[in-house]
Amino acid sequence: MASLSGQPGSGRVRFATDGARAVTAEMLSEQPRRDLVKGTIFFALLLLALTVALVGLAAIIIQAAVNGAPAISPTLFTNGPSTINPSEAGFRPALIGTIYLILGVIVLVVPLGVGAAVYLEEYGDREKWWNRTIELNVQNLAGVPSIIYGILGLAFIVRGPLDLGFILAAGSLTLALLVLPTVILAAREAIRAVPPSIREGSLALGATQWQTIRRQVLPAAIPGVVTGVILAISRAIGETAPLLLVGAATFVTFNPTFLGDNGYSALPVLIFNYASRPQDEFRVLASAGVVVMLVVLLAMNSFAIWLRNRYEQQW
Amino acid sequence: MSNSIPGNPVGEGQLERKDEQGEERGLSQGIVVPEHGAGPGVDPWAGEMVFELRDVTVSYGGQPAVKDVSMDIPRNEITALIGPSGCGKSTLLRCLNRMNDLIPSAEVEGEIDYHGQDLYGPKVDPVQVRKMIGMVFQKPNPFPKSIFDNIAFGPRVLGLGDVDDRVQAALKGAALWDEVKDRLDDNAYGMSGGQQQRLCIARTMAVDPEVILMDEPCSALDPISTGKIEDLMLELKENFSIVIVTHNMQQAARVSDKTAFLIVRLDAAETARWGELVEYDVTERIFTNPADSRTEDYVTGKVG
Repeated sequence: MASLSGQPGSGRVRFATDGARAVTAEMLSEQPRRDLVKGTIFFALLLLALTVALVGLAAIIIQAAVNGAPAISPTLFTNGPSTINPSEAGFRPALIGTIYLILGVIVLVVPLGVGAAVYLEEYGDREKWWNRTIELNVQNLAGVPSIIYGILGLAFIVRGPLDLGFILAAGSLTLALLVLPTVILAAREAIRAVPPSIREGSLALGATQWQTIRRQVLPAAIPGVVTGVILAISRAIGETAPLLLVGAATFVTFNPTFLGDNGYSALPVLIFNYASRPQDEFRVLASAGVVVMLVVLLAMNSFAIWLRNRYEQQW
Repeated sequence: MSNSIPGNPVGEGQLERKDEQGEERGLSQGIVVPEHGAGPGVDPWAGEMVFELRDVTVSYGGQPAVKDVSMDIPRNEITALIGPSGCGKSTLLRCLNRMNDLIPSAEVEGEIDYHGQDLYGPKVDPVQVRKMIGMVFQKPNPFPKSIFDNIAFGPRVLGLGDVDDRVQAALKGAALWDEVKDRLDDNAYGMSGGQQQRLCIARTMAVDPEVILMDEPCSALDPISTGKIEDLMLELKENFSIVIVTHNMQQAARVSDKTAFLIVRLDAAETARWGELVEYDVTERIFTNPADSRTEDYVTGKVG
């Protein structure tokens, strides 16, 4: 700069500097008004989208809690349903039924879902048409309406080849089939997120492919798999339609077992039953049932989130 | 050693390093190759060979990546592969322990003998090959586990005994023991990049391989960490044979006994490109008196 005019601080240099500063100040001063308006509108739309989602959720929870408030008491968890004495009625058999159903779903869906995902990600050659067909179908299955799974369960699990009858295990199997695609997709994402360098490092030590998957890839994929299972459980716990087809009776007064053939129930089924009765007491009970179901769901999800955080991994 | 103090600028300038004896390696005045290997008067090719490559061509999906490489890699020495990007040096390296098998479209022609056994013979199990020929990668890739478990993983899956002793020996061998002995249960991701790379070297050593392949092991590291790894390599060649791919010519000159120079060739239509071995010789000769003018142009910085 100084070499331009010979002496620093001379008139020409000072003018040039002042000019540059003025232009820069002008450029930095303010956004054009149109950009500002557009930005604000976009931000407002984002807030609106968030609010609609949250308000909907809050409305359901608040309404269920307010309407069900008169019936909420520990007896909801300990008493069986009753048509004669609604003030004493509870959800115990349905609650136990739901817990059994979900436990059955977890036991079935984790090995099947992770196994399928490991095959597709680690072994299946994507060039081959059959692997691409499997992939495409898994994705499509995730969107099939649940009633179709109910019909499938009725035809192939309750009757047909498996012929289990209307037992709780049949309900678990049907729900497991329903949520299996979700778990496969989530487990695949989790396995794909494990960097290839981890596999290379393991293989370069002389570990076999199975040792690499079992001891490096799967442990690193646990958080993602657990997230998938949370989503799956959340869907399975609220399903009513397929259960009605595979034997979940609406009204069961005794505790169910996995293989017992004298009927079982589930929370959403019983809530549906209560809600469709004309008496006000049962409407209150139905709302209280929603609260019970939310509590169960929240407890299961909290456990899963705790599990996920324990194994959370940074790359 | 001036370059081992963290936070201290490297030695007396970017291109200079002092070695343990305080001997100056004035790389700024051109590349000086330190004296190592057999010494004067001894035939540098007289020793035992680990690998013998004969007309090796590696292709990806029918397109050759490196063509017709023939070279012998000696035991208990450091052999460097240098050359411009795309000359196939990493590809060649990954054939030596069959890591290329992981890429379905890769195909190897010619013969790679390991102690006289064809590595690509029909009865050879790549898993067994990798037990004897370990590999260190460009980017440090510790497992998402504790420092101890990183080293212990290899001995455990291979069913080698004395896991505790092996972990300690490997960490000492990689000059990492003093830095990590109090935090063996910490996650390896908490280490610095240079420490992570030395952990990866220790991990490889823990399963007692005969050869360690290194694919640009210092390209992600700062000069201080690079210096430590180079010192380590010079110690390791007592017990291991090392093949290293590097972009850093000073590094090849500093550590290696033999150097192979590869170039990129284009066909007349400039549609296909592949790598070819130009010259393979004692490192000193490659850097001071190469037989091929292309080697000279590359090592003196005229091209590449």
